[in-house]
Amino acid sequence: MSHWDCAIAGIAELTPRRRTEGETTLGMIARVSAEAVADAGLEPAAIDGLLVGPQVGETPQHVPATVSEYLGLRPTMSNVVDLGGASGAGMAWRAAAAINAGMCEAVLCVLANTREPTPPRSPNRNPIREFDVPFGASGANAAYAMIAQAHMHHYGTTSEQLATAVAAQRRNAARHPQAIFRDAPITVDDVLNSPWVAEPLRLLEVVMPCAGGAAFVVTSARRARTLGQPPVLLAGAGEKVTHRAISGAPDLLSGPLKPAMARAFQQAGVDAGQMDLLSLYDCYSIMLAVTVEDAGLCPPGQGGPWLAAHDLSAEGDQPLNTHGGQLSFGQADLAGGMSHIIEAVRQLRHQAEGRQIADARHALITGNGATMSEATALVLRRED
Amino acid sequence: MTIVKPGPQASPLSQPFWDGCRERRLRLQYCPDSGQWVFYPRALDPRSWSTHLEWRDASGRGTVASFIVVHKPGHPAFQEDTPYVVALIDLEEGPRILSNVVGCAPEQVRIGQAVRVHWVEQGGEVLPKFVPEEFAHKEKD
Repeated sequence: MSHWDCAIAGIAELTPRRRTEGETTLGMIARVSAEAVADAGLEPAAIDGLLVGPQVGETPQHVPATVSEYLGLRPTMSNVVDLGGASGAGMAWRAAAAINAGMCEAVLCVLANTREPTPPRSPNRNPIREFDVPFGASGANAAYAMIAQAHMHHYGTTSEQLATAVAAQRRNAARHPQAIFRDAPITVDDVLNSPWVAEPLRLLEVVMPCAGGAAFVVTSARRARTLGQPPVLLAGAGEKVTHRAISGAPDLLSGPLKPAMARAFQQAGVDAGQMDLLSLYDCYSIMLAVTVEDAGLCPPGQGGPWLAAHDLSAEGDQPLNTHGGQLSFGQADLAGGMSHIIEAVRQLRHQAEGRQIADARHALITGNGATMSEATALVLRRED
Repeated sequence: MTIVKPGPQASPLSQPFWDGCRERRLRLQYCPDSGQWVFYPRALDPRSWSTHLEWRDASGRGTVASFIVVHKPGHPAFQEDTPYVVALIDLEEGPRILSNVVGCAPEQVRIGQAVRVHWVEQGGEVLPKFVPEEFAHKEKD
């Protein structure tokens, strides 16, 4: 058995041309991908991994989600590989690594580009720009308000339930020296009296952008044991991408975090009820309700009552976002999502001064992107 | 000074959709291989990956899957319209489309409501917006 134990099973290429006229990168990616998957003798639905290049002309961000939506793929591993002329080769071993890690079974690696005589001026010509923005639906607020409206309609979730969780997280933030809203306590009424942004979501249910940064270092467990800190092990991981625009979401009431968390729990050999800390991505209040349901902490539709019924503080029956969550700690762009990892590591090292969860051993971390589109879940474990 | 609303930027592949709008026809791609309608316009059907897509007229009827009332728009050009309704419409043919519900007050919109297409000129383009069936008789195209 070779080191990688993986093969390249299908290939295709488009005939090189000096110029393209009116073609989109997405369209070219679609055509060459279909040929490669057919060459492999696979059905489109068999593709559960996706590696793309950074230069997908119609969209500067959320590239794997945009390509996935266009192709109707729902990969459990996806990424941009940005290594210039080495990108294709770089994709090959990353695909094998992901397969060997048990994250997916068949990875589509695809690169394509257009070459217009007069390149379009706008950097952003993706389907959202063409079919959503002209209707006054720019940005994430609209998408999460759609999710909240559906949740309220189908399940009876209330603004009061969601506001209770927002106020609880603000109390948690008061115990974190670096939280941006550390010294700005709020009540449930403050949340309910804040102005509408995208009804049914109000200002204090929407994350506030700020500046900041975060980083972490991964080594082998063996190496980590020789270093200075208590090792915090990656016990499980899961991922799923389902769409890009909210109109492409397969479900407004449940997201790709559901299968991502299921895989992470399975790899770790634990369930949601064993988590000492829930470090849950909270760009909007409604995301907390959907996530606790998708985690299996309560039945579908009971996320609102569940949030209102539990004590979410470090001493509570279910500590949740003890750093305040991004709603109260701050969302420093993409580093905001990493804040959930940093807080989990602090708690599992037993270094969360002033807000330490007693005997914290397991933490669930969720990451969420675009319009409840891109999901990654981690289970971290303190080594005994 | 009025800020111009960002209009659709068509590609040759999606141009038939917007040409249809100018003729007050809701034209969508249809895949005879899978029997499914496709929206937004693509180079292939995202289910069957068939590239044999044809353009067909849709009924223009649908129902509201979810909606919001925008008070703080993401683009300043839409401030003058606030509060306005953005909705996800499930078209009779299957695809879900994002649009506006017009022709009634925001508080009269609800999930599950039957709507039909209503053509609105915006910045030299014609956009497919929707009006609840119960208010449709008050609207003139």
